[in-house]
Amino acid sequence: MPVKDAVRTVPWERVRSLGARLTTPLHPDDYLSLVNPLWSSRELRGRVEKVVPETDDAATLVIRPGWGWHYNHRPGQYVGIGVQVEGRFQWRSYSVSSAPTRSGRTIAITVRAMPEGLLSSHLVGGLEPGTIVRLALPEGDFVLPDPPPPRMLFLVGGSGVTPVMAMLRTLDRRGSMPDVVMHYSSPTPERMIFRDELAALADRHDGFTLHSLHTDLDGMLDLADLDQICPDWRERETWACGPGPMLDAVEEHWEAAGIEKQLHLERFTLQLGGDGGEGGTITFRNSGKNIEADGATTVLEAGEQAGVGMPFGCRMGICHTCTLTLVSGKVKDLRNGDEFGQPNEPVQTCITAPVGDCTFDI
Amino acid sequence: MAISDVKEYTHLTPEEVDQIGRELDQIRADIEESRGAADAAYINRMIRIQRGLAAGGRAALAYGSWSKKGRRPAVVAGTAMLGLAKILENMEIGHNVMHGQWDWMNDPEIHSSNWEWDTAQPAEQWKHSHNYVHHQFTNVLGYDNDIGYGVLRMAREQRWHPVYLGQPIYNALLATLFQWGVALHDLDLERIRKGEKDPREMKRQLKQIGRKIRRQIGKDYLVYPALGGPGWLLTIKANAAANLARNLWSYMIIFCGHFPDGAMHFTEEEIQDETREEWYLRQILGAANFEGGPLLHILSGNLGFQIEHHLFPDLPSNRYAEISERVRALCEKYDIPYTTGPLHRQYGQALRTIMKLSLPNHLTKSDDPAPPEPPRDRRRKSDAERPARRTELGGWSRTSSHYAESDRGHN
Repeated sequence: MPVKDAVRTVPWERVRSLGARLTTPLHPDDYLSLVNPLWSSRELRGRVEKVVPETDDAATLVIRPGWGWHYNHRPGQYVGIGVQVEGRFQWRSYSVSSAPTRSGRTIAITVRAMPEGLLSSHLVGGLEPGTIVRLALPEGDFVLPDPPPPRMLFLVGGSGVTPVMAMLRTLDRRGSMPDVVMHYSSPTPERMIFRDELAALADRHDGFTLHSLHTDLDGMLDLADLDQICPDWRERETWACGPGPMLDAVEEHWEAAGIEKQLHLERFTLQLGGDGGEGGTITFRNSGKNIEADGATTVLEAGEQAGVGMPFGCRMGICHTCTLTLVSGKVKDLRNGDEFGQPNEPVQTCITAPVGDCTFDI
Repeated sequence: MAISDVKEYTHLTPEEVDQIGRELDQIRADIEESRGAADAAYINRMIRIQRGLAAGGRAALAYGSWSKKGRRPAVVAGTAMLGLAKILENMEIGHNVMHGQWDWMNDPEIHSSNWEWDTAQPAEQWKHSHNYVHHQFTNVLGYDNDIGYGVLRMAREQRWHPVYLGQPIYNALLATLFQWGVALHDLDLERIRKGEKDPREMKRQLKQIGRKIRRQIGKDYLVYPALGGPGWLLTIKANAAANLARNLWSYMIIFCGHFPDGAMHFTEEEIQDETREEWYLRQILGAANFEGGPLLHILSGNLGFQIEHHLFPDLPSNRYAEISERVRALCEKYDIPYTTGPLHRQYGQALRTIMKLSLPNHLTKSDDPAPPEPPRDRRRKSDAERPARRTELGGWSRTSSHYAESDRGHN
C-alpha cells in the first residue's frame, strides 16, 4: 500500500527541523509539550501510570515514556529519573525491572525508600499517578548477554534484585531459561522484593534455583559457603548487585579464585571514556581544602574524598546539580575531551577531571 | 580613592558598610532558603502564557492573511498578541533565565546555560556583555559598555565631540532598531574601530550572530509570510510591528534602569580594591527603579526593581517586589539614596539627559551632582583587563574552545 508506506517513511526529524523554522529559537516540542507533556523529545519525559507497592518500603513505578524513548533497553540496565521536589528536579538512577518489549508502552522501575533518601522516599510514598517525570536513556553494561551463557549465578542483596529481575523476566518471556542459580539476601521475608514472583519462576522453570537468605535471622552470606550453595560457582558467569561492602567482598573472592573475568558487578557509577586529564591539585577555596587528583578522577569524587560537601545529582552529566564555579585552572570533560578554563567558568564536576592545578569556589 | 569617598557614602563608617553587606547577604539567604514549588510554578506559568500568546498570535495572523472576513480584527489581535509574547519572552523570561535566576530548579529546559531568546543577539554573547561586563562593572566609565551603548553620550564625564549633536536622532534610531543594536553590542564596535579586538574572536562572534539573525529573519520575514499566502505582505507588516513594539518597549525599560537622575557613574579609581560590600553599595547608587502595578512589572521583566535586580541578579524575579521592601527599609536606615519614581518621570529624565548631553557640558547644567573628575584612561577595556567575573551574576561560557573550533574547520 503506497499510502501506508508514505506514512511509515515520514522523516520525522526533517519535519521537526522544518517546524523549528517556525518556532526558532525554541523547538516545536516546546509548544507541543504544552498540549501533552509527553510530546517532547527535548528532555525525555514520562508519566507515572501506576505505583505498585512491593513491600512496606519499596514500590514499582510503571512509567509511560514520551517521545524519543526507545524501548530497546537491555535487561539489567538502569535509567535516570528526575522528579521535581519543592520546585527542584532531583535525579537518581534506578534499574529497569521490566523486561524490554517492543510492543510495550511502559517501563517499570522498582525503588526502595532509604531512611535518609529524600528522593527514594518521595518516589515510594509521595508520587501520584499522572505525575510527569524526566527520564534519561538506559545505560550500564550490567546486562544479560544474548544469547545467555548456559550456566549463570546471580548474587543479590536487597534492592539489588531489580536489574536481575529484568534479566530473569526476559529469560522467562523468551522461554530460554538456562541453568540459573540465584542467591538473594534480604533482612526479612517481608522486605524481600519480588518474593512471590521469584517463587513462581522457580516453580515454573526446572533450570532456575532460588536460595533466599534472611540476614536479620541468619546473618550475612559467608562467601566460603558458596561451595555448598552452588558448588560449581567457579564455572558460572556471575552477576552481583547489592550494597557496596557485599560487592567488595564478592570482587575479592572472585579475584582470589582468579576468575574475575566471569564476574559482572553493578555499582551505579559512571563509565567515562576519553583519555582523562593530566591530574593536579584541586583547591576548594571556601572550605580551605585541597586534594591531589589524577586525571581519571572526577572533581566531584576528589571533592568528596577531601571531605567537601559537594552537590551532586545524577553523577553522569545530565542534571547539572553538581555545577560549580571553576575559579582558575583547567578541567577536561571526560566524555568528549572538551576543556574548560575560563576564569570563573561554571563546570559540571561529575564529568570533569583536572588538567593541572585548579581552584573551585566551594 | 575608593567608593567610600563618594559623597553619598562618606557618612557611613566601615563598620556600617560591613553591616549593610551582612543585611543584604541575609536577604539573599532568606530568599534562597524559601525558593520552592510556588516559584517554579510561577516561571512555568509565565512560559505557558508566553508560548500561548505566541502561538495564538501567529494563528490569528494566519487567519487574517487567508480570510477576507474579519481580517482587520484578526490582524490587530494577532499583532498585539505576538508583540506581547515577544516582550514577555525577552523581558520576564529570557533576560531572567539567562541570569541564572531559575537554575536552582535544575531543569535543563529553563536554564541559563542553554536558553536562547527570541531576539537577534546570541544568548552566549548577551551573557558576556550583560551578566559580566554590565552587572559587575555597573556604571563604571570605561568598563561598563552599557553607558550609552557606544552610541550615546550618557555621562558628563564622557568627552564631548561634535558627532554627539546628532544624539536625538541616534536615540530614535536606537529605540527603533533596539534588537539590532543589542545584537552588535558584545562585538564592541569601539574596540574594533580602534583595532584592539582579537580578529579570531571577532570572526567567531560574527559567525554566531549571522547564524542567529538568519534564523530570526527567516522566521518573521520569510517563512510565516510564505505560509500567509495571499496575505504575505500583511504578515510581514504585522511581524515587523510586533518586533518594533518589543524594541521600543525594551529600549524604554532599559533606559529607565541607569539613566534617570540620581543613578550615578563611577570611575576606575572608585572600584579599586572594591569589597563585596562596596560592590553592593555601588549597585544601589548606580541603578534606578520605577513604580507601577504587577502587570507593568511583569511586562518589564521586573526591571522596575532595577536596584534589587542589581543587588541580586540571580534571584528569581517574582521575588524582587518583596525584596524591594527590605532593601528600601535598609536604605532609609542608613540614609542611602534610593532612586525611584513613576515610569514616565524616569524615562523623561533619561530623555532629558540624552538631549542635554548632545551639547558640550558648559552649555547645560547637570541634573545631579557628578562625582569629582580625576584624569583617567578613557579607553574601552578588554576582558583581559577587567577583573575576573563574580559568581552571582549568572553564568557565561563559550560553546567551544578555540582548538575545538579549528578542529571542526578541518572536517
